[in-house]
Amino acid sequence: MLTIENLQASIHDEKQNIKPILRGVDLTIKPGEVHAIMGPNGSGKSTLANVLAGREDYQLTGGSVRLNEEDLLSLEPEERAARGLFLAFQYPTEIPGVNNMYFLRTALNELRKRKNLPLLDAADFLMLVKSKMKEVGLDEAFLHRAVNEGFSGGEKKRNEVLQMMMLEPSFIILDETDSGLDIDALQMVGRCVNSLRNESRMILVVTHYQRLLDYIQPDVVHVMANGKILKSGDKTLAHELEAKGYGWLESEMKS
Amino acid sequence: MANKLIKEVVNQQYPYGFVTQIESDTIPAGLNEDIIRLISAKKNEPAFMLEWRLNAFRHWQTLTSPTWAHVHFQPIDYQDIIYYSAPKSAESGPKSLDEVDPKLLETYKKLGIPLHEQGRLAGVAVDAVFDSISVATTFKAKLADAGVIFCPFSEAVQKYPELVEKYLGTVVPYRDNFFAALNSAVFSDGSFVYVPKGVRCPMELSTYFRINTAKSGQFERTLIIAEEGSYVSYLEGCTAPMRDENQLHAAVVELVALDKAQIKYSTVQNWYPGDEEGRGGIFNFVTKRGHCRGAHSKISWTQIETGSAITWKYPSVILQGDHSIGEFYSVALTNNYQQADTGTKMIHMGKNTRSTIISKGISAGHGQNTYRGLVRMLPGAANARNYTQCDSLLLSSTCGAHTFPYIEVKNPSARVEHEASTSKIGEDQLFYCRQRGLKTEDAINMIVNGFCKQVFKELPMEFAVEAQKLLEVSLEGSVG
Repeated sequence: MLTIENLQASIHDEKQNIKPILRGVDLTIKPGEVHAIMGPNGSGKSTLANVLAGREDYQLTGGSVRLNEEDLLSLEPEERAARGLFLAFQYPTEIPGVNNMYFLRTALNELRKRKNLPLLDAADFLMLVKSKMKEVGLDEAFLHRAVNEGFSGGEKKRNEVLQMMMLEPSFIILDETDSGLDIDALQMVGRCVNSLRNESRMILVVTHYQRLLDYIQPDVVHVMANGKILKSGDKTLAHELEAKGYGWLESEMKS
Repeated sequence: MANKLIKEVVNQQYPYGFVTQIESDTIPAGLNEDIIRLISAKKNEPAFMLEWRLNAFRHWQTLTSPTWAHVHFQPIDYQDIIYYSAPKSAESGPKSLDEVDPKLLETYKKLGIPLHEQGRLAGVAVDAVFDSISVATTFKAKLADAGVIFCPFSEAVQKYPELVEKYLGTVVPYRDNFFAALNSAVFSDGSFVYVPKGVRCPMELSTYFRINTAKSGQFERTLIIAEEGSYVSYLEGCTAPMRDENQLHAAVVELVALDKAQIKYSTVQNWYPGDEEGRGGIFNFVTKRGHCRGAHSKISWTQIETGSAITWKYPSVILQGDHSIGEFYSVALTNNYQQADTGTKMIHMGKNTRSTIISKGISAGHGQNTYRGLVRMLPGAANARNYTQCDSLLLSSTCGAHTFPYIEVKNPSARVEHEASTSKIGEDQLFYCRQRGLKTEDAINMIVNGFCKQVFKELPMEFAVEAQKLLEVSLEGSVG
């Protein structure tokens, strides 16, 4: 269970002025639920995703986040990862010289170590990763390249999904994973996310567009603007938004 | 937060800082012709050696210490240095490992260097230089079967004077520079390697250098000759005790590769770097140069430089033979108040000569890291090629990275490529790794090792892992 209450966060802009981004976000995700957050550029969607994962660029100015009754905000990013939080990055980082397979195996074994599970040896790991690579449509050659280095935008996103499939996290945040993807890739993301859906796993899908939600049916859709959740509803809200645009909601809220 | 953790990772203790209590034969500090005669006499050298030393000394007296490097230090008092110090028990020269002082063996064991043939690095022949003299060379017999000579320099002077006289100073003449002249005058030992025609040296050759005595300088001299069609891979490692005062290490290394010969020379330099405030540490002022004398010859330098208060070295290659190849792969790490001014010179003389320079500088704390490299294409260097890549990684906001490439092209068909980059260790990269569950220190080590990968893969297998570990230890250190 994830409970976000009145979460507020700011960032220093270039002139070192404090600029509030999140202005009191409330959100509850129950085990087994898939939530989608939609909203225009600059509404704070990605900030929310990054704050949950523990990026340090933000000042937290108020509110709380509890993940399974634990204070999430007091944990280091790697501790959050150990609790099962996974962020599929909007812009995955390149790490030159670090072998993709080595990185993934280190990450997986680090998590297994924390869970007191036996570490995977190279052979077991290889079998597992090869089958997952097929699912996400990445050629095995990508195992031997440096993490994300020289990958196309789509390949980077597939690599994120591969990591998600390997790590099997219990709380998944997809930060605009659909941006820049073609239809085939979108379908792949949908298939993979759906394959992970179960009665305990929580999934938060951050997106601009409704189209990813054709493949991942959310239980709840939230609309975010100006650092707040303006409206929540079922999946029909996404269609309504698509038809009427974000302006509709903002003017509706004002009236 | 991340910065604090970088600081912790970067600041591990220097593990080789102990002093061995051992009786030494140490001559008084100071430098004059009598001292040089004394060193030469202690080594029972032939007349040509003494004469060469004295010529070098006389020339050195006309020189002043160079100031062009991007490093800062108090002037060195050359009269306050001890130019010869040897473990006493080894005075008459150990005939076998059994005769080597057990304390010395203990020291080398602490340093992780196996002198005994059943040692961890079985298959690696080790020559160990303690202060001024060589104490043991392993695997002599096996090498002798292959016709390879691998022995202390002083032994070579006795046993193979004609080879020494023929090649000594032909790559780095004593007139070359201030520190080369000093070394030529006072050098006390080092390693000598001779690989005969067509022989592929059956094992990695390795030398470990250690400075033990206070106030002593270490001036070793290494000479490697690879005859036609031969191959040799050589590795040196270095450590020193922790002391508050600076100690001078001014070595000279000369490599000669004849037709189709290949020499691979790897260095893992971990001299004591000084403390966090920049007190003490070794001044590592070294002249290393290889001469591709024959056609199709190849000389490759790989260096991992993590120690020393100040490093000043430019392992170079003179590409005289047509189609010869020169390579320089370097990782230099400066932490706390360490300073490094290092790089290479590739002098292309022959046609179709090729050179590759890959330099990776890592700066942390207040460390200053300078790449200085010269690529010179002389008129005869038709169709010569050079590729240079210099990358700098900054781990703090108080450190510095500097690049000084010098390029001179006198042949219109020669081509020179230079690429350079400087980056701060990415908060994005760290966050990405940590989001996937990696601890910060593991993430930093992973990113830094990735940065150095192009160089590490050039190291002999046995030492690649060691170098990686060394980097992790040295990365315990500074930042702010």
